[in-house]
Amino acid sequence: MEGLIHSRESFGTVDGPGIRYVLFLQGCPLRCLYCHNPDTWQTGVGERVTPSQLMAEFDHNRAFYKKGGITVSGGEPLLQAEFVTELFQAAKKKGVHTCLDTSAAPYSPENGASAAQIETLLQYTDLVLLDVKHMEEDAHRRLTGASNRRVLAFARLLEQKKIPVWIRHVVIPGYTDDSESLQALGHFAGSLRNLQALDVIPYHTLGVEKYRQMGLAYPLEGVAPLTAAQMAHAKAVLLAAAREARQKLR
Amino acid sequence: MKQFPQQWQGFEPGTWVKEINVRSFIKHNYTPYDGDASFLEGPTEDTVTLWQQILDLFRLEREAGGVLDMDTKIISTITSHAPGYIDRPRERIVGLQTDKPLKRALMPYGGIRMAERACKDHGYTLDPSVKEFFTVHRKTHNAGVFDTYTPEMRACRSSHIITGLPDAYGRGRIIGDYRRVALYGVDRLIEDKMEQKATTRSAMYSEVIRDREELAEQIRALTQLKEMALSYGFDISAPAKDTLEAIQWLYFGYLAAVKEQNGAAMSLGRTSTFLDIYARRDLENGVYTEKQIQEMVDHFIMKLRLVKFARTPEYDALFSGDPQWVTESIGGVAIDGRHMVTKMSYRYLHTLSNLGAAPEPNMTVLWSTRLPENFKRYCAKMSIETSSVQYENDDLMRFTHGDDYAIACCVSSMRLGKEMQFFGARANLAKCLLYAINGGVDEISGEQVGPEFRPITSEYLDYDEVVHKYDKMMEWLAGVYVNTLNIIHYMHDKYCYEKLQMALHDKDVTRWFATGIAGLSVVADSLSAIKYARVKVLRNENGLAVDYQVEGDFPKFGNDDDRVDTLAHDVVHRFMEHIRKYHTYRKGIPTTSILTITSNVVYGKNTGATPDGRKQGEAFAPGANPMHRRDTHGAVASLASVSKLPFKDAQDGISNTFSIIPGALGKEDRIFAGDIEVNFDCAQGGCCTPTLFEALDEENQS
Repeated sequence: MEGLIHSRESFGTVDGPGIRYVLFLQGCPLRCLYCHNPDTWQTGVGERVTPSQLMAEFDHNRAFYKKGGITVSGGEPLLQAEFVTELFQAAKKKGVHTCLDTSAAPYSPENGASAAQIETLLQYTDLVLLDVKHMEEDAHRRLTGASNRRVLAFARLLEQKKIPVWIRHVVIPGYTDDSESLQALGHFAGSLRNLQALDVIPYHTLGVEKYRQMGLAYPLEGVAPLTAAQMAHAKAVLLAAAREARQKLR
Repeated sequence: MKQFPQQWQGFEPGTWVKEINVRSFIKHNYTPYDGDASFLEGPTEDTVTLWQQILDLFRLEREAGGVLDMDTKIISTITSHAPGYIDRPRERIVGLQTDKPLKRALMPYGGIRMAERACKDHGYTLDPSVKEFFTVHRKTHNAGVFDTYTPEMRACRSSHIITGLPDAYGRGRIIGDYRRVALYGVDRLIEDKMEQKATTRSAMYSEVIRDREELAEQIRALTQLKEMALSYGFDISAPAKDTLEAIQWLYFGYLAAVKEQNGAAMSLGRTSTFLDIYARRDLENGVYTEKQIQEMVDHFIMKLRLVKFARTPEYDALFSGDPQWVTESIGGVAIDGRHMVTKMSYRYLHTLSNLGAAPEPNMTVLWSTRLPENFKRYCAKMSIETSSVQYENDDLMRFTHGDDYAIACCVSSMRLGKEMQFFGARANLAKCLLYAINGGVDEISGEQVGPEFRPITSEYLDYDEVVHKYDKMMEWLAGVYVNTLNIIHYMHDKYCYEKLQMALHDKDVTRWFATGIAGLSVVADSLSAIKYARVKVLRNENGLAVDYQVEGDFPKFGNDDDRVDTLAHDVVHRFMEHIRKYHTYRKGIPTTSILTITSNVVYGKNTGATPDGRKQGEAFAPGANPMHRRDTHGAVASLASVSKLPFKDAQDGISNTFSIIPGALGKEDRIFAGDIEVNFDCAQGGCCTPTLFEALDEENQS
């Protein structure tokens, strides 16, 4: 089947281990205030591609990806779960490492068909980069426009299926950098038995230009990028909390 | 068999004993090192103090506007200056180009006007007697070239369809095998050259006469080399006896070259693994400690960082700065399958830590998939920390150049002591395309520069017509280009011969006739636009095509798209086929390079608008890079496009440069180095042992 992609990066080095072929899928249900890729929001547009075409592109330069693999990011890849499943199936057939970079927003345990599709996808997924934006429900809604219930449920699903996960989190001054929020996230992440890494990302303003080009107002106008000192502090708080949770697991 | 001198005790004999053959010496005596960087030593007190003094000198030089001091009277030769020092008691390795650090030497043999301008532009006045001498009594390379250029060559030069020709300055790109000085001592090298001279053919054809004269010059240069070393208190007639002497002897050889020649690139060669043999012997015999050896290397590298030439601002603009290209090639794999990384490879790179990052010497790792893992990681680490390491594909070059080649300048590979290069600037293939469209009329000046072929008159460009005319125009350009280079190298040999560097070569040298290409991605994209989109020609009042309007989209070079990558491939191949048709000076073997790393800006400035939508004056992409912002698929796709270019046609090198901010190369430098916070094996295998926290704890402790 066909999928809709926004773009690809043939030299991805920050979305999973090694050098990766990264596909950015088109369409996202969330409207995060700090999103730096608003051009990936709209669904139903983008470049039409097939899994076999993408695998051919990947294979062509496979020598570069020996220690890496394929990452599907977005947008929100789970909006096109069936397409991603087909792609990952093809990748696994060739022994290629697969990584899913998601916010889990479309995952709904109550919707049987959709959940089943996502569970099938997970059978072919080696690693999930799960973006947890906030642990507190109201704050999450303010930040993304949606509940975090699905995100947390997806995290537990991954744990149950023993799929390795990196928890990603963007630290935004005035929004997610208070100790309480960070501790809550650290406790949650540390409690996941399948956790492999915490990927803490400082808020930056590289997306501002895109908003300007698209004629959109930038929601976080005036919020300064996270400083190195703030970042160090955030990392320390998160890790301390994560370690605490880890101790309890043992 | 020659006797085995005392200095060689402990070395495994081989062919190298019987003949001048450094490769054989290395092959029989080096020890690959698979370990890590933990043996390395920091800087000594003397190193720190000495380096601080040099940094102060660099600061003074900057404050003085780029040049600290300049010779305006003494013509630089190997023996022209009294010994120069920075702080003698602290210097383990000695020798400066003139009698003072950073005092630039006067080298008029390439061209007196260039030498004069270099003085003037920096606020100095060339001594009138020197000017008179090199105008009236002694001809220079530059004068010889301009005596013989044809009007067509001059026109091509002024219109910039051929640019950067080494007709007013030293051509460079020749690497003396400086290791020979250390291994054999100068007397043995002189003896060898005498024998070569005694055995030339006896019928005096002009080539034989030239050979005999050149050999005489080489012998003279070697004698002067000895004399220069002696003025520093070293008798280098015999082989070096230990590491200190080996580095010093080798450096004297290099120093003599940079005292004699202001070449566009004065590269060092492939010296680290050679020197490691001495270091290893000394460490085993307790002659020196690791600390002492690192100190010698640090001091050697400091000296290389001090190498400077008198140049003009235009020259600096062409090369984006004031580069010397003191390139040192490190690592690689031997023909017998062993990798050639030694502890000395680490010690060289470690100078970037001990002295801090610097562009010179240009440390170049000959990269192979078969280099030891520890070394790969160390290189990655040093790259992240210093951004000062260059990498070249040994797996590709070993195939044609064996295991004792080195890089001259940035990418030109040649077998040490066996091959040299006639450096030949670049032909502007983008401008050539415009000439094809305009029937040889220059799009900027309106002058008829190329042959008066029929111009294209249609409103929209037709692919087949353009390709046909372009091929004809390339054929013409290749002819003028090769012949221009023939003149240049004839005159350079005649008036500015590199006698010391050639003395450190075999008698029968293979000469690469190195041409170059600029604007490849502009041409590929232009042809692609003509083929896959519609390109409308905009003409001025004289009917000259001066701008283009592209209607529709087209595949662009740098996205791993065969439709356009093939066009780039064909242009390179066709151009080389044309180059090969012409006679080359001294049986030079034609090759080409696609590597305008800095001069692409100047080439673009002198080229009109092109059918790919590039505007007049807009910079070309460097080397074989995709045009700026046209590669939308990331670096791997861009590299994949470049990898489709035919290396057999462009053996002198293909470059694709891109810069990356460290943050974009992975989350933490440890992750990029593969040394992980996250356990990759786990990620691959699908198990889920949490390894994160232990690793992070370690980090916190350190």
